[in-house]
Amino acid sequence: MEDKHQWPLYEVFIRSRGGLDHKHAGSLHAVDARMALEHARDLYTRRQEGVSIWVVRSTDITASDPADADSWFEPARDKVYRHPTFYDIPDEVKTL
Amino acid sequence: MYTQGLDVHSPEPPAPLDEGLLEKRFLKRVDAEEKIEPKDWMPERYRNTLIRQISQHAHSEIVGMLPEGNWITRAPTLLRKSILIAKVQDEGGHGAYLYSAAETLGVSRDQLVEQLLSGKAKYSSIFNYPTPTWADIGAIGWLVDGAAIMNQIPLCRCSYGPYARAMVRICREESFHQRQGYDLMLQLSRGTPEQKRMAQEALDRWWWPALMMFGPADTESTHSSDSQRWKIKRFSNDELRQKFVDFTVPQAKFLGLTLPDPLLRWNEAAGRHDFGPIDWSEFNRVLKGNGPCNAERLAARRSAHEEGAWVREAAMAYADKQRVRNAKIAA
Repeated sequence: MEDKHQWPLYEVFIRSRGGLDHKHAGSLHAVDARMALEHARDLYTRRQEGVSIWVVRSTDITASDPADADSWFEPARDKVYRHPTFYDIPDEVKTL
Repeated sequence: MYTQGLDVHSPEPPAPLDEGLLEKRFLKRVDAEEKIEPKDWMPERYRNTLIRQISQHAHSEIVGMLPEGNWITRAPTLLRKSILIAKVQDEGGHGAYLYSAAETLGVSRDQLVEQLLSGKAKYSSIFNYPTPTWADIGAIGWLVDGAAIMNQIPLCRCSYGPYARAMVRICREESFHQRQGYDLMLQLSRGTPEQKRMAQEALDRWWWPALMMFGPADTESTHSSDSQRWKIKRFSNDELRQKFVDFTVPQAKFLGLTLPDPLLRWNEAAGRHDFGPIDWSEFNRVLKGNGPCNAERLAARRSAHEEGAWVREAAMAYADKQRVRNAKIAA
């Protein structure tokens, strides 16, 4: 029984300081992207938590399914040779 | 604090696994302190418990704006007015974080608001008490927000991810609420004899209702065992209430105010304060809708909702019109 007049949902991403990534902060309802930005400022940055905000319609996000997490991420598990610590370098060899 | 929209893209699982097996797996994850996320399988009872608890919590934040909002226009100084506005704005924000967290469980914002306005959903009884003097604003910050923090800090570790993350954000902001309240009480209790009396009377009004905020005694609490099993609730009502009393007694002493409980005393052997019996008949009366302000609070929410309807509709209509216009320009 979704009301068609219900304002759509937006996800909010905030860059907390220059040089850092935008990070998911939460979500909110707004009629359009501009209102979502304004509401995000009032809702998520009342104490200078951010220097930049992204908003995106929640329905525009495609997400991986947690039920598939095992098969989805498992292939990386046995590839330890992708990590530098896999290689045993003799102590005599420096700066490597 | 995640997205209900994500669900749109997830196909139904092809062959549903045995419920018992799924529940066993779920409990194992909870026991291992893993967070449960919106799209993860969860028992229906867990989902419903969370929807009830998170939405009640959200409603409490929203209704909680009313007793304090009552004093914004009458705050004694510009600074106190600014502080109070910031606090009330925070409460609105907390309501919004929590509604979002509840929505991840598959309930819509409209449904939640409807449940509050129809009187079907409950909210914290504490907000059905009046705020007759300025000192009540101090007592609310110190005691009511203090009790809320005591309840909320363990919720930052609750098993449901979106709720836990909302609580982290809320707890960060809540500390300011308690401290500004104590600061206000401190100022009054160091003021004129009239001001000190006003502070004492507010303390007398709020002490017992604040203790009731922790909910029924452990022997009477109906929802506790499942919630503890699921790591939604980490401590019992009585444990948290005791901790609150132990924290608050020295704070009251510093203010030079007296807690209105003749049976309150330090129990050396037990290493805690003993306190008098709580009047649960009053708690139940207020909970059932017969407190001093129940009708007034709901009426205020209903009229705010109805009087704001045209704004919500106009904003949506304007956005729709802009979308059509922009599509035409693009074409």
